[in-house]
Amino acid sequence: MRYDLVLRVIAKLLIPFILLFALYVQFHGDFGPGGGFQAGVILAAAVIFYGLIFGLADARKLVPEPLVESMMAIGVLIYGGVGIAGLLLGGHYLDYFVLDPNPVLGQHRGIFWVEVGVAVTVSGVMLKVFYMFADRGKADE
Amino acid sequence: MAVTVLVIARSRNLFGVIVLGGLYSFLMATVLVAMDAVDVAMTEASVGAGISTVLLLGALYLCKSEEARPVQKPWLPLAVSLAVGAVLVYGTLGLPEFSDPKAPIHVHVVPRYLNELKKEVDVPNVVTAVLASYRGYDTLGETTVVFTAGAGVIALLRRRRKDRQP
Repeated sequence: MRYDLVLRVIAKLLIPFILLFALYVQFHGDFGPGGGFQAGVILAAAVIFYGLIFGLADARKLVPEPLVESMMAIGVLIYGGVGIAGLLLGGHYLDYFVLDPNPVLGQHRGIFWVEVGVAVTVSGVMLKVFYMFADRGKADE
Repeated sequence: MAVTVLVIARSRNLFGVIVLGGLYSFLMATVLVAMDAVDVAMTEASVGAGISTVLLLGALYLCKSEEARPVQKPWLPLAVSLAVGAVLVYGTLGLPEFSDPKAPIHVHVVPRYLNELKKEVDVPNVVTAVLASYRGYDTLGETTVVFTAGAGVIALLRRRRKDRQP
């Protein structure tokens, strides 16, 4: 990777804001546009951006591959776990009303965790696909 | 958008095609914002213009940046795609007007979502409420699909690498 001062400085300036925006989209998804899927993609885009500017090895150091692979599965498990939690608390599968004494708050809680699950899986998969593609280029040389 | 598509179809420089593809995605996102589908627009901008552009550039890095001359004349595929497009446009003629309040989808469950939402879920963004709560099973399925797609990519690309190394 060529050393490019302007790109590096701009990337360092931008990446915190991208991460912050991803978190905003994630947690503000109940009130404005956005949600788990968009937040996951933006989160992955921030790391991909980092990988493009600073090289794949640095991105791997930042977000190691085992973590990415487990993120893919953990997201689905969180989502399914919310459903199981509803079952254990005496409701139907994916029934959020029972997650809190106040049914409306239970809905909020359920939606929050479900969105977290979606975001984790989506960003994991996007990063993994990017790592795989970028890695193939290197293996061919 | 039409100009972008025409240039993409004419161009032989794949780098330019990828950049124009990202541009097309942004234009599409603008159209979606104009149609008040902000959530979808956001997805289009981040996935269509962002991630897939990067992935296509990564793929371009692996191959030549000039498109090869086609072996055959493209008239038959062109005719097929034009015919399919015409059929699809013909199909849309039977759909109700855009934002017609009496359209079938707006009289089935939508009134319940919009009226009961405040009482039942109390989340200001209706899209999020429908996606994560009323249609929770569908979203679980979608998440599983994303996971499966990722697992498929891993399975495909990893085996290739293992073959090469020993």
